[in-house]
Amino acid sequence: MSNGLLFESFRITIAGRTLVALDALVAPGEVLTVMGPSGSGKSTLLAVVTGTAAGVFEVSGRVCLDGRSLLGLPAHERRVGILFQDELLFPHLSVAGNLAFGLAPEHRGRATRRRLVEEGLSAVGLSGFAERDPATLSGGQKARVALLRTLLAGPRALLLDEPFSRLDVALRVAMRRLVFGMARDRGLPVLLVTHDPADAEDAGGPLIVLDA
Amino acid sequence: MTMARLLRALAVLLGLGLGSQALAEPDPGDWDGVIAEARGQTVHWHAWAGSTRINDYIAWVAQQVDARYGIRLEHVKIADTSDAVGRVIAEKAAGRDSGGAVDLVWINGENFAAMKENGLLFGPWAEALPNWTFVDPVANASLVYDFTVPTEGLEAPWGMAQVVFFHDTSRVPDPPRTMAALLDWAAAHPGRFTYPQPPDFLGTTFLKQALYGFMADPKVLLHPVEEAEYATLTAPFWGFVEELTPLLWRSGRAYPQSGPRQIQLMADREIDLAISFSPGEASAAIANLELPETVRTYVLDGGTIGNASFVAIPYNASAKAAAMVVADFLMSPQAQARKQDPAYWGSGTVLDLGLLSVPDRARFEALDLGIATLTPEQLGAPLPEPHPSWMVRLEADWQARFGVAP
Amino acid sequence: MRPSLSIGGRKVVAMNVAGRRSRRMLPMLPLLTLVVMLGPVLAGLAGTLAPALGWFPAIGGHDIGLERFAELLAWPGFRQSLTVSIAVGLGATAVSLAVVVAICAAWQGSRAFAWIERALSPLLSLPHAAAAFGLAFLIAPSGWLARLLSPWATGWEQPPDLLIVQDPNGLALLAGLVLKEVPFLLLMTLAALVQADATRSMQVARSLGYGRSTAWLKVVLPRVYPQIRLPVYAVLAYSASVVDVAVILGPSTPSTLAVQVLRWSNDPDLALRFRAAAGAIVQLLAVGMALVAWRVVEKLVYHWGRAWIERGGRGRRCGERWLGGVGLGAAILTVAAVAAGIAGLALWSMAGQWSFPSVVPDSIGLRTWERSAPELVAPLIDTLVVGALATVAALVLTLGCLEAEFRHGVRPSTRAMWLLYVPLLVPQVCFLLGLQTLALGLGLDGGRLAVAAAHLVFVLPYVFLSLADPWRAWDRRYATVAGTLGATPDRVLWAVRLPMLMRSLLTAAAVGLAVSVGQYLPTIMVGGGRVVTLTTEAVALASGGDRRVIGAYAMAQMALPLLAFGLALALPHLLWRDRRGLRPSR
Repeated sequence: MSNGLLFESFRITIAGRTLVALDALVAPGEVLTVMGPSGSGKSTLLAVVTGTAAGVFEVSGRVCLDGRSLLGLPAHERRVGILFQDELLFPHLSVAGNLAFGLAPEHRGRATRRRLVEEGLSAVGLSGFAERDPATLSGGQKARVALLRTLLAGPRALLLDEPFSRLDVALRVAMRRLVFGMARDRGLPVLLVTHDPADAEDAGGPLIVLDA
Repeated sequence: MTMARLLRALAVLLGLGLGSQALAEPDPGDWDGVIAEARGQTVHWHAWAGSTRINDYIAWVAQQVDARYGIRLEHVKIADTSDAVGRVIAEKAAGRDSGGAVDLVWINGENFAAMKENGLLFGPWAEALPNWTFVDPVANASLVYDFTVPTEGLEAPWGMAQVVFFHDTSRVPDPPRTMAALLDWAAAHPGRFTYPQPPDFLGTTFLKQALYGFMADPKVLLHPVEEAEYATLTAPFWGFVEELTPLLWRSGRAYPQSGPRQIQLMADREIDLAISFSPGEASAAIANLELPETVRTYVLDGGTIGNASFVAIPYNASAKAAAMVVADFLMSPQAQARKQDPAYWGSGTVLDLGLLSVPDRARFEALDLGIATLTPEQLGAPLPEPHPSWMVRLEADWQARFGVAP
Repeated sequence: MRPSLSIGGRKVVAMNVAGRRSRRMLPMLPLLTLVVMLGPVLAGLAGTLAPALGWFPAIGGHDIGLERFAELLAWPGFRQSLTVSIAVGLGATAVSLAVVVAICAAWQGSRAFAWIERALSPLLSLPHAAAAFGLAFLIAPSGWLARLLSPWATGWEQPPDLLIVQDPNGLALLAGLVLKEVPFLLLMTLAALVQADATRSMQVARSLGYGRSTAWLKVVLPRVYPQIRLPVYAVLAYSASVVDVAVILGPSTPSTLAVQVLRWSNDPDLALRFRAAAGAIVQLLAVGMALVAWRVVEKLVYHWGRAWIERGGRGRRCGERWLGGVGLGAAILTVAAVAAGIAGLALWSMAGQWSFPSVVPDSIGLRTWERSAPELVAPLIDTLVVGALATVAALVLTLGCLEAEFRHGVRPSTRAMWLLYVPLLVPQVCFLLGLQTLALGLGLDGGRLAVAAAHLVFVLPYVFLSLADPWRAWDRRYATVAGTLGATPDRVLWAVRLPMLMRSLLTAAAVGLAVSVGQYLPTIMVGGGRVVTLTTEAVALASGGDRRVIGAYAMAQMALPLLAFGLALALPHLLWRDRRGLRPSR
């Protein structure tokens, strides 16, 4: 089982109480949806996978991505992308600056990086937006740029923390299609945390419900 | 760090601790040697900076010694001479017996007595200076007796001061010329006179000047205070101060904190009479638009106190040779003449004009002393400063009796 | 093995987020910061306690005992001096706090509030001494206010003999202190308001029928006060032990205790140095007592306030209006007084003859500036160099501490925050005496480096306080996102966090510079006269009394921090001209 995102005997406990228990394999291109009420540990789960959880949580078991164990690696070496509710575009960089932020250093030369950014922008229908100020973008445009930024960094898995809940209904549908589509194209396992059952439906993958 | 550098550093450290005494101190007898050693040194002259005129003069001195001797003179502006004394004391406490922060200090009176007593001064050197030949210590005893304490060559004089009083002729055409008259005037014009708060030296000087007016035998003041007789001798004086205090500016519940502060009070029209230690200060203030043109100076009928101010070199100064050269330059006819010129400062000279060469003497005689400055004849012979113990006692008693407003 | 860290007594397991090198260096920084900040204070206190107990061999003090304290108590002015110092300390703090509470209660959230905040913030950069000079000229019997009203309204041809400045009760001193403390406390309160979620609480309370001020007092103040408690204590300690302002505005028969201690320590009679040290220790105890008294009052107000809140009164309208009036009036008065004071100083710096009762000088010219300008260059450079050194060091240490806190998940406890305030709570005069001897003993004296190190002790707390909240308020998810994009923690710091927090960084730097520029005692005592700043020059010249020169130096003194704050405001605007997301939102 060398591909995909594997949770093996994965437990998050705090003060002896088990918060999250997970045994699952998310295949490349597949979406695992996690739902549950507030406080059930959804965000903690994502934080542990990205490597930014506070030290009070005890983690046992394994999380493997493409055969590499993630636990024990620093956050910047895990190659896991994440999208939040808020787009969190860096306000001091232009759109192109945001997008190029995650480009691996292997892509040398301004021209190469520029090209990749432009290609990405046209792929999501935002050609010509390279020099724009992120704060001037509409909600949908920001969401697309955020997605693009994540994907340009070349992650091997994608985490989604209720990324569509701030968007209006019509946009939500379009964004879901876009995100799941691009993840499928690149063969990325996706872990989706959400409140919205419509998200789970559209994801079409297995569903896990955490209890409080 | 290589071994060699480490050893060298160690040697320097040890040398600093042990060898400071072994370093030869400059010998003022060998003046050429002193000048040679002084070249390139930096002198930190700690001097009171409350007056722009004085600061400008010192800046000129710095320029001159740089041009003539290659010495860099830094005017360290202090609010009070005791700041510099405190500095040397702190250095001695920390064992800093060489390379001290103070190379030259403008000093006299109790500050000098304190430094001399605690062995904080370098010297003797003053009487070996080349320009000492222009000074006549016999005619002017205050050049070798600093508030009756013998200088013993530990400090060189550079200025003469005498007490005068300011009055605005347009408001007080006929000022009181004795202490008793002052009391009457104050009763008629309450709140229009004050003096700096002791222990400011000018404030204490006012007390000493007043004391002269109430002593049957002034010569007692030249000797240390005798406890047994102190009370009876000073009773009339303290009675005077008791009566005067409620008639002072702000009823004696606040005082200006320094001499020049009184000039501002006078300019603000808050007071009409003020005491000063510099006969040329009024002219300079008028020229500087600080005081109206109608201000003049006067002395009291019995004469007023005069003293010399000096420069001294602390025992742990780092630039002793250069400091001596600067002190010598300060006593030069050129520096003294410029100092007496009210366009620059207006402070009295320590030189005896009779000992000067003809061109130098002419330089002094050509000076326009200023519209408010009294001539030496009008100033009269200065009264000598009392023994320092009187100043200490007067300060302590004044602070005990009047330093805390009821 | 996971690296772990212990701060404030709690052991916390660190996250495995930090890179290898920072894992070694960063955790040391909080400790280093504490040492840099507290080491001098402790050493100085020890150096002051020894002479107070009689031990100072260099000037003949060998016996340890309490005689020096007896001497101190025997000084006739002791009781009055101590009383005035404590009274002014408590009074100035109470008045400042009352004014700030009135302003916030009545006007928070309104447009007037934004104006008040904008008007009061620049006042922070004004050095205390300059503010004191300005006020002294304004309210003196021969001052500007009197001149404006004479002789047509008052009939005065010469100034009346009224004891206003240097009054024995310290009221002028109190006023001078309040002028500077209101802006400071207001700014601290504003920062706390953000955290206390004031707007929403106010909405809830007002919807329940409470008047605006009453709502603020009952709902917001109890949450805000614990956040500003330490700044209030700092204000109390400062007001009770200030030197430069007390010399200008405070009583002189007798002076306040701190001023008298300084005078004794400079007296040529060396025996008085012991008394100075004893006085410094008493000053320390007095400040301690004042803090305890304040704490007791806090508890009383807390209990009485609880009862008041629970009674449920909605607030009377006339009471509301009255509070509003007081608040706005106080704010306007503060701004006007300081502005008039500065204007007066500026005018004096260009004045020729100017005596009572002329409202404007008889002649205006640049004479004073021409004479002072060459003299100003060297102190200006020294001020800048020392200020830059101290500020940069403070920023580096602060950033290091905050980043260590972020990466290693350590949150300093309340105890650690108290440590930060120690240099602000211990009166300067108390430990600088001992610090001077320490600096000499280490051979550190006379250099800009030593003075910068001394300034650092006072600059660090302010820089930390200024930077900590914006820093912690930053959305951590940016770091998470950047990390997932492949940025190491160092890159996250330099490429994401610092640029986003540029405005707060520059403001903290400006605060640091302002604090450094205004320092007097540290420069004098550690610099040995070789380091000359604009403030030491101004105070040295103040003893001369020529208001024109004082005015020129005060202007120069103010220019530097104003420039720094101006840069802090302007630079982000320039740099982020086309980045709306970084512009301050109002």
